[in-house]
Amino acid sequence: MTPPCPAALPLLSHERSDAVVAWRPDGPVTAGRFLADVRRLASDLPAGGHVLNVCADRYRFAVGVAASLVRGKISLLPSTHTPETVRQLLAFAPDAFCLTDSAACDIELPQHRYREAGEAEASPEGLAVPAIDPDQIVAYVFTSGSTGTPVPHRKTWGPLVRNIAAEADRLGVVGTPFTLVGTVPPQHMYGFESTVLLALLSGGAIWSGRPFYPADIAEALDAVPRPRVLVSTPFHLRTLLAADVSVPPADLVVSATAPLSGNLAVAVEARLQCPLVEIYGCTETGQTATRRTAETAEWQLMRGLQLSVEDGKTWARGGHVETPTALGDIIEPTSGDRFLLHGRSADLVNIAGKRSSLGYLNHQLNAIPGVVDGSFFVPDDEADGVTRLTAVVVAPELDRATLLQALRERIDPLFLPRPLLFADELPRNATGKLPRTALDALRRKLGNAE
Amino acid sequence: MNQAANSSPADLDALRLEVAALVVEALNLDMAPESIPADDSLFGEGLGLDSIDILEVALVVSKRYGFQLRADNEDNVRIFRSLRSLTEYVAANRTK
Repeated sequence: MTPPCPAALPLLSHERSDAVVAWRPDGPVTAGRFLADVRRLASDLPAGGHVLNVCADRYRFAVGVAASLVRGKISLLPSTHTPETVRQLLAFAPDAFCLTDSAACDIELPQHRYREAGEAEASPEGLAVPAIDPDQIVAYVFTSGSTGTPVPHRKTWGPLVRNIAAEADRLGVVGTPFTLVGTVPPQHMYGFESTVLLALLSGGAIWSGRPFYPADIAEALDAVPRPRVLVSTPFHLRTLLAADVSVPPADLVVSATAPLSGNLAVAVEARLQCPLVEIYGCTETGQTATRRTAETAEWQLMRGLQLSVEDGKTWARGGHVETPTALGDIIEPTSGDRFLLHGRSADLVNIAGKRSSLGYLNHQLNAIPGVVDGSFFVPDDEADGVTRLTAVVVAPELDRATLLQALRERIDPLFLPRPLLFADELPRNATGKLPRTALDALRRKLGNAE
Repeated sequence: MNQAANSSPADLDALRLEVAALVVEALNLDMAPESIPADDSLFGEGLGLDSIDILEVALVVSKRYGFQLRADNEDNVRIFRSLRSLTEYVAANRTK
């Protein structure tokens, strides 16, 4: 057991054992019941020190994270679960196991199945909230490096707690019994922070489901009491508004993962009858800034953070950012704690909130036997939609299905090229680079030929 | 209730091409609708749809045929298993 630490920070901010921590289809889950579930799972977990928590039910995921914390185990949050990524995780943490609530889980790690408490076990024993050392490592969040090996980013308890406190303050949910309905998975950093930790650390509640279709989102909102918060993305919000479903009012909408247009923000606010707050952040720094997108294009830094420009890059420091970190976006400071964002730096790719780099994707593409040359590129952005990548390959020996299958083994499906174009050669210039104009011309030519 | 049972094989073939055209258009696939095999997996080795694609397809399908897809009343993996299963689901649930 970890010795008690004077500065330890509680796992849960709820002050009464009958406070609601989650809503499930069969009703509320109290803080007392949650802590009992955490204790039970903590004593069930196997010995390995690293956990790949893939529970689809958001409540079970939260219990898994809390139980791992109590046992001093580190959660692994890779950006994808492809077989190649799982092999790389295992190389990084040979003692990793998978916590799952699905009988059909095919992840190639030792598996521990989540078990619901039996009737006899469901006996909350008051509110003994575990406290966690602020230096304890909660999770490694992985980004894809440019060389093919995912890069781990260490997240410790203290900075996470500071980040979530700043978020709760900015969103104005402190002191209200809000419920979070998330359309994003809790295994993604945004979902981890804004659909799980935000509830646990700010006295809120988690909706256990992950609504998918527009009609599911409407039903999930209806299933929880107000005040309720929809935690979503531009893509889900656009599809929600485009569908012919009646959406119940919410009290707040949160959006992240990709820039939201002012027009969509205004439409969402009108339809859900509440403010929409957009969050800008990245894996390295956590949440960096927010804005009320319907009213302003300017971002406001999170509490305690500062920006500075050095060596042509913008650096964030202070607050929950432990070491000064360069941001991967082009930033124009305006006044005080405000700034404008002007898109990502050249090599970064962000598809529906999953991040990669063209360097990494090109490396994977060209490593496939039979690929002579190949390159991914990002077509011009589509507002609030999901821009898919295009790839042009020279691979006379391979057919489309074989090449796509080989890519699927290596990269997340979101980065699979749409379209995948075959060419006799790539229009490389004298230095071996691919000028964007030449790629665009080739794409038009190949596209027309189909 | 089940219109699929009342649809003739020829009707279903025509509907399947129509659904294929919607899928190709929604996902910006560089292929002809008639070249999508009826029984190949739409995930995995076939077209390789992911959850974002499914939401895009669900949006155009629900607008065109007048019904909402739900994650809890039907299994997505089953509906989107193949072009044929998606077509049969549309035939059974369409209101227009």
